[in-house]
Amino acid sequence: MLNVSIYRYNPEIDSEPYMQDFKVDTQGKDVMVLDVLEKLKTEDPTLSFRRSCREGVCGSDGVNISGKNGLACITPLSEAVKGNKLIIRPLPGLPVIRDLVIDMSQFYAQYEKIQPYMINNTPAPAIERLQSQEERAKLDGLYECILCACCSTACPSFWWNPDKFIGPSGLLQAYRFLADSRDTATEERLANLDDPFSVFRCHGIMNCVQVCPKGLNPTKAIGHIRSMLIRSAT
Amino acid sequence: MVTTVTSLGRSGLSDWMIQRVSAWVMTAYLVFIVGYFFANPNLDYAQWSELNSSLPMRMFSLITILSIAAHAWIGLWCVLTDYITVRLIGPKATAIRIFFQLGMIAASLLYVVWAIDILWGI
Repeated sequence: MLNVSIYRYNPEIDSEPYMQDFKVDTQGKDVMVLDVLEKLKTEDPTLSFRRSCREGVCGSDGVNISGKNGLACITPLSEAVKGNKLIIRPLPGLPVIRDLVIDMSQFYAQYEKIQPYMINNTPAPAIERLQSQEERAKLDGLYECILCACCSTACPSFWWNPDKFIGPSGLLQAYRFLADSRDTATEERLANLDDPFSVFRCHGIMNCVQVCPKGLNPTKAIGHIRSMLIRSAT
Repeated sequence: MVTTVTSLGRSGLSDWMIQRVSAWVMTAYLVFIVGYFFANPNLDYAQWSELNSSLPMRMFSLITILSIAAHAWIGLWCVLTDYITVRLIGPKATAIRIFFQLGMIAASLLYVVWAIDILWGI
């Protein structure tokens, strides 16, 4: 039997959060952490967590699994269980709504700040704005972000200043549009990032790279933004 | 864009560059001083005084002192804006943070003036 410890907090009933212990029979199978949560929910329907696609595409079931942020649906027990114990907590740094469900407003507010859409005020061509294969290749490793918030909530700079520091996820997306050959607002985007918090609060500790379930590298993207700022300002 | 009034360069890029350049200056000074000690195992006061009263050495020392002050200003400003925030310690945080920021800036400037007094008083 697998020992599972889960963070529980219902603000309507509980005065403070607590860890609840469960025992789960996985029949020796290396199932995903989400399967364990689903099984527990059949036993205790009050257990709350987000999930949707259950295949690492929607990004809704980001949780802290035995100390490391990740997606419950694509994290097998063989990676998550230590000493026959699985500990599941909500993603750290953002307010808890209930159990494993967090309020992601601050995360989305930072995403909104970087204007996550193409800006191009030149007349639209008849069919589409074309890119060369090389220009398109620059977006690889950037566009795949699913906004699960595993990276930003693993970042101490985001914990301390979630209202000022864009965070690794938002900055990866910022660079996705800075690197896009079809976007014409490069200077405006860079000007919005040149303050001591938005980009430069990143100290390069690379927690974001360690936890990204899609294998992306926000620290590298932040380095590219910094280089663009230097090129533009010197 | 987040506005700041107590950061050294007012811009993230400026602070970042000052931090890197000042780190290189401090490293160069450290390497020089340690190298000088190794190259002169029988160093006496007269030789040490002569070195530090030469204009190039005074300038090198002063640039290093300015680098330390700038580096400390940027670094401590980061620490203070990380940990003394309304979010972490409540509504009094702004006043406490400004107090420490101004104290840190005043201390840095005082050390610079004191260092100039020492360097040119040799």
